[in-house]
Amino acid sequence: MELLSGADMLIRSLKDEGIEYIYGYPGGAALHIYDALFRQDEVKHILVRHEQAAVHMADGYARATGKPGTVLVTSGPGATNTITGIATAFMDSIPMVVLCGQVASTLIGEDAFQETDMMGVSRPVVKHNFSVRHPEEIPEIIRKAYYIAATGRPGPVVVDIPKDMTTPNERYEYSYPKKVKLRSYNPAIRGHAGQIKKAVDMLLAAKRPIIYAGGGVVLGKASDQLTELVRMLGYPITNTLMGIGCYPASDKQHLGWLGMHGTYEANMAMHHSDLILCVGARFDDRVTNATEKFCPGARIIHVDIDPASISKTIDADVPIVGPVDAVLKEMLSLVKESKEKPDADAIASWWKQIDEWRAFHGMRYETSPDVIKPQEVIEMLCRLTNGEAFVTSDVGQHQMFAAQYYKFDKPNRWINSGGLGTMGFGLPAAMGIKLTHPDDEVLCITGEGSIQMNIQELSTCKQYNLPVKIINLNNQALGMVKQWQDMNYESRHSQSYMESLPDFIKLAEAYGHVGVRIDKKEDLETKLKEVLAMKDKLVFVDIYVDRFEHVYPMQVARGAMKDMWLSKTERV
Amino acid sequence: MRRIISVLLENEPGALSRVVGLFSQRNYNIESLTVAPTEDETLSRLTVTTTGSDKVIEQITKQLNKLIEVVKLVDLTEGAHIERELMLVKLKATGSQRAEIKRTVDIFRGQIVDVTSSVYTVQLAGDSEKLDGFIQAIGTSGVLEVVRTGVSGIARGEKVLSL
Repeated sequence: MELLSGADMLIRSLKDEGIEYIYGYPGGAALHIYDALFRQDEVKHILVRHEQAAVHMADGYARATGKPGTVLVTSGPGATNTITGIATAFMDSIPMVVLCGQVASTLIGEDAFQETDMMGVSRPVVKHNFSVRHPEEIPEIIRKAYYIAATGRPGPVVVDIPKDMTTPNERYEYSYPKKVKLRSYNPAIRGHAGQIKKAVDMLLAAKRPIIYAGGGVVLGKASDQLTELVRMLGYPITNTLMGIGCYPASDKQHLGWLGMHGTYEANMAMHHSDLILCVGARFDDRVTNATEKFCPGARIIHVDIDPASISKTIDADVPIVGPVDAVLKEMLSLVKESKEKPDADAIASWWKQIDEWRAFHGMRYETSPDVIKPQEVIEMLCRLTNGEAFVTSDVGQHQMFAAQYYKFDKPNRWINSGGLGTMGFGLPAAMGIKLTHPDDEVLCITGEGSIQMNIQELSTCKQYNLPVKIINLNNQALGMVKQWQDMNYESRHSQSYMESLPDFIKLAEAYGHVGVRIDKKEDLETKLKEVLAMKDKLVFVDIYVDRFEHVYPMQVARGAMKDMWLSKTERV
Repeated sequence: MRRIISVLLENEPGALSRVVGLFSQRNYNIESLTVAPTEDETLSRLTVTTTGSDKVIEQITKQLNKLIEVVKLVDLTEGAHIERELMLVKLKATGSQRAEIKRTVDIFRGQIVDVTSSVYTVQLAGDSEKLDGFIQAIGTSGVLEVVRTGVSGIARGEKVLSL
């Protein structure tokens, strides 16, 4: 058997796990590991400019590919800088392994240089974490870390590695375990047959059904099963912000997404439904609005891999714990076999009602002859990229506009921080995607607030030639904060206006990229086409959009799902 | 409602902090918590008493089960069970008080485990209410120091919590 040092075992384990890229930043406690990296060329390392960005890169990669991302950082500040990224992945159930250097085990607890209790600091935002206590444990811990990160409800796993676990001249027998055994971790592999049968009976008997799908469908790779089931039933479907792309947005059965900034028709259909089939979603507060007013006439079937997501905020009538693909597949075959068919008359009149709601608002917005509206930028981008780009976003108004007006027909293409709402996510996430999808268009739709939270990564983009397109919807304000201040604080714009914005064009150029400014409506299409034609260049597109635009529809706070603002003056 | 949840936990460093952290992160109550290794040295057994609505208790058990190091758990209060807590209490015991205290300790089936000329140290086991009752009977003015273990519990009958 081969004898390897802890550091070599770590890198070899990553290779044996099939890891191609890791994102990170070196430092004292991780130097043995970085030396091991240097002495091989199979596992490639991407050097970021801030550890937070390494985590978002790994996250973007994981969301686009469905495979776990990998991060390597040093102890202390290196480790603590990853926390926002880890929390982002945790909230959206993204599989990821974060390897952190740590001071030598003999120094732990002595407030050594760059010592932080990363096990303690990360604990509330990880699915699990490991601390290496003997170098021989490394292969097994790495195997377990990826297994835990990627199975069941996925999530980030931290591995804390004291420096003396990776000492070069101490060698141990290496073998990578083929199997993982964890007696206390056994995620469900199928749903309860009786519950599934009951759910199908309820579905077929429903008069005003709706399917409410979430990020779990994307993560569980169940879009095909979902699409087939929804088409077979002929029922309306809505999805969450995280579920975008799990069902083709261009299909007529799709009502758009639901919740705080969801479509009028999706929120109305939810409120008036008599049966909700929730698949891989978690009745988040940005979806339900006031829980006590939530969908009063609806019975609820809730399918989720995580039992704790079921009946957490909204009680389920039929809970089904299991992987969404397996459960949907069983539902499909039961629907096919069943003698019962959906009630054609009831479903037809339900659709008639939904079509009326659809016609009533239809995601309209006011256009202007000279001011660029953020919505029209997104619509144009969608048209110019045939709706096929990978789109990452940061957090705020631009995020909502991007999600509302870019029509995604495929899963894994809309990449955003839905749960934690992390500004600064968009650019590094886009980089993680571009690295492994060099031939695909990758757009980072952002705002001048968010982009400045990880702008330093323009340098990483230069080093690794990552020609993403940054679409900065510049409204010279923290738009969503300002919108809330307009609506709830009599337009007292406390700290939501940024003075002294940088010249983003010069900034992009300083990093060796191209900058394009668009401030005239008549230039929008020509210039965007020019930008998209620059395939091998990172282009920072600074677009001056309407400074006073709000995102609508918007649910009325503490109301029911059906209570919405449809514009600055219309409330229903 | 008060509940007693018994948990089998991997006997690993940091496992306890995950359980305790979960309660504070998610705003659940802990009334008492006891933990010790079991006859199987790879496992610890933890007993936590908590309060909450049925919905909260359901979440607590689900969230506990999600922790990778939680092997198994049971809500003892769902069935017949035995709960015990141990208390050591130092009481001021001089003059005529000494006989009176001795009588009360006997009534409660406690034991005096240490004696000085002015202090009795009493050991008492029972459910939490019995221990409260003893303190009430003695009167707080005579109590110098109290230490309680928190509740340990086990199901009645043939039901066992094991691997």
